[in-house]
Amino acid sequence: MFPKGTKRKFSDSGDDPAPEPSAPPATPPRPLAPPPRPLASTYSLQRQSLLDMSLIKLQLCHMLVEPNLCRSVLIANTVRQIQEEMTQDGSWQLMTQALAAAQCPSDRLVASELLCRQTDPAGPKPYALVGEAYHTEEVVMEGGEGATYLAGPFGVSPCWQEEEEEDGDCEEEEEEDSEECVSEGEEGEQVFGTFEIKHPPPGPDPALEELFSDVDASYYDLDTVLTGMQAAPKMGPYDLLESLSSHSPAPLSSSTSCRADLNELDHIMEIIVGS
Amino acid sequence: MEEESDARKINNSFLRDHNYATEADIISTVEFNSSGELLATGDKGGRVVVFQREQESKSQPQRRGEYNVYSTFQSHEPEFDYLKSLEIEEKINKIRWLPQQNAAYFLLSTNDKTVKLWKISERDKRPEGYNLKDEDGRIRNPSTITSLRVPVLQPMDLMVEATARRVFSNAHTYHINSISVNSDLQTYISTDDLRVNLWNLEITDRSFNIVDIKPSNMEELTEVITAAEFHPQQCQTFAYSSSKGSIRLCDMRQAALCDKHCKYFEEPEDPSTRSFFSEIISSISDVKFSHSGRYLMTRDYLTVKVWDLQMENKPLETYQVHDYLRGKLCSLYENDCIFDKFECVWNGSDSVIMTGSYNNFFRMFDRNTKRDVTLEASRENSKPRAILKPRKVCVGGKRRKDEISVDSLDFSKKILHTTWHPQENIIAVAATNNLYIFQDKVN
Repeated sequence: MFPKGTKRKFSDSGDDPAPEPSAPPATPPRPLAPPPRPLASTYSLQRQSLLDMSLIKLQLCHMLVEPNLCRSVLIANTVRQIQEEMTQDGSWQLMTQALAAAQCPSDRLVASELLCRQTDPAGPKPYALVGEAYHTEEVVMEGGEGATYLAGPFGVSPCWQEEEEEDGDCEEEEEEDSEECVSEGEEGEQVFGTFEIKHPPPGPDPALEELFSDVDASYYDLDTVLTGMQAAPKMGPYDLLESLSSHSPAPLSSSTSCRADLNELDHIMEIIVGS
Repeated sequence: MEEESDARKINNSFLRDHNYATEADIISTVEFNSSGELLATGDKGGRVVVFQREQESKSQPQRRGEYNVYSTFQSHEPEFDYLKSLEIEEKINKIRWLPQQNAAYFLLSTNDKTVKLWKISERDKRPEGYNLKDEDGRIRNPSTITSLRVPVLQPMDLMVEATARRVFSNAHTYHINSISVNSDLQTYISTDDLRVNLWNLEITDRSFNIVDIKPSNMEELTEVITAAEFHPQQCQTFAYSSSKGSIRLCDMRQAALCDKHCKYFEEPEDPSTRSFFSEIISSISDVKFSHSGRYLMTRDYLTVKVWDLQMENKPLETYQVHDYLRGKLCSLYENDCIFDKFECVWNGSDSVIMTGSYNNFFRMFDRNTKRDVTLEASRENSKPRAILKPRKVCVGGKRRKDEISVDSLDFSKKILHTTWHPQENIIAVAATNNLYIFQDKVN
């Protein structure tokens, strides 16, 4: 849809029919369906934040031994749907291109700030369930994990590959009947699977691969995930984070590259959080 | 629904102080038995509380049939699965009564993994005057026994005993979401996210898997089973609902494994209201056969639908439960409310249906007159024996004095579980840790 390497602005007021002009500003308008349409900036931002939110939710599901299967299947289907639509209107490729270009994630930071502003003053939410402040470090950890999901499809993240291997082992050892293996693998792999469906397995496009060869994908997308975090302090289930984070090092520690980035990530966090 | 809006509240708010409510006190299921004489609740702490209806007294007609606590017992305890390093919650997911066949009552209760059959029986006499043991049950020294006597039954204070008669475990890998007793009174089904198992009530060490939708590769999983129920009269027929908004009717006579349905109920998606949340809000949270067995009722996030078993392509009736939330789906997704599992119930004559909403509101729909009413179950707004006032949610624009705006709804107060007396207009509504019982106005 878009030639490789073209960079497109997110905000293009000219061909920007707001998805729901009548919607009150307090609530983010729900994304409308018809995919083949001029990309509305607000719409694509919302879609992006929905995607981020869903990935975080899935990530949390993945950390539980026995997640609520119905919920995680529905979220995974939502991710799949968003990704399908993004692939159709070209923004998925755009993301990958932006990814290649973004040696420094500054323009994404702008976008994420926008998102924060959009979602945060969502009026007095009557159902503010938690409102817990998250520790920066934990957010970074979660982010690092979440990023592997995004990184997965591009086939460049060592974290992703390693995790995949782990899951494979698990299956080998425990056979299909073992539930732990199933439920541990399923949500995570669901996402991977989601992405794999849409994207050729790593390697078919050598040009693309070359583009990414020296880019650490997890680095780039992290702030997106973080933004989702920032924009969602009212999300109930996320107070789980604190208790769950103690379990997370297992997959994390296997991914050395993620860890190496932590210092840089702290810096980014400082910019985002302002702490 | 004037009849119902005139309902009276019986002072039976769940006996636990609202202010000291803990997570364990949250009611997770509520169910009348087949005569309506008993009402059982289960909570997140694994307890079952059974209420019994008082006999009517002529001197106090306003005290018509209040429900009082009859028995309380701990049905499930928290367990730990050491093989999976997994804690199994004690939360009671569902309670189903067995039709009464003798003086005792039987009910099935289930948590995520284990179904238990409980017997609740009364004892008002105890045997006295045994020869070989004394009053405390100790064995007497035979040399002291010089005469024989006939033991007698002596009256005593009424005692209600609950005993676990059967424990049906180790058959579910996923979380049990529903149980349903068959009309043959011998079998029941238990359903988890991916499978339906058929049990004989007498046999605990084996069950038959009759539905299995688990794909061999879990990556391909896109659909789960959300609820299942037996037909009220035809013992070979059962229905199960899915997270994709469809209902499958299965006939156990056709095959031992009912992977192939005999009827498939699904409404085509309306392209005008399509959004990323379409699938989530179409996921069915509850399915119930009408008492007559002719209809099926399903609840999804925004609507409740009535299906004719003879018509598979669209529901017979669709009722909007809280359509004003349609514009708030993004926030409801964000705070996970969109995954709340609301249940739905029929009244005794299948003419009215009831289901819950947020802000302690619940809705009733009269299928004949097409009128609906929103009522509230809360201490603040309904005093005991007061008449319930219909509530109204205002959608945009000017708000009248007695209306509540969508933005001030309390989404932490949700009514997920309700039950309707099988013959009379008495309903029980679980609101967090409170149980409200409403009935028709006397006279």
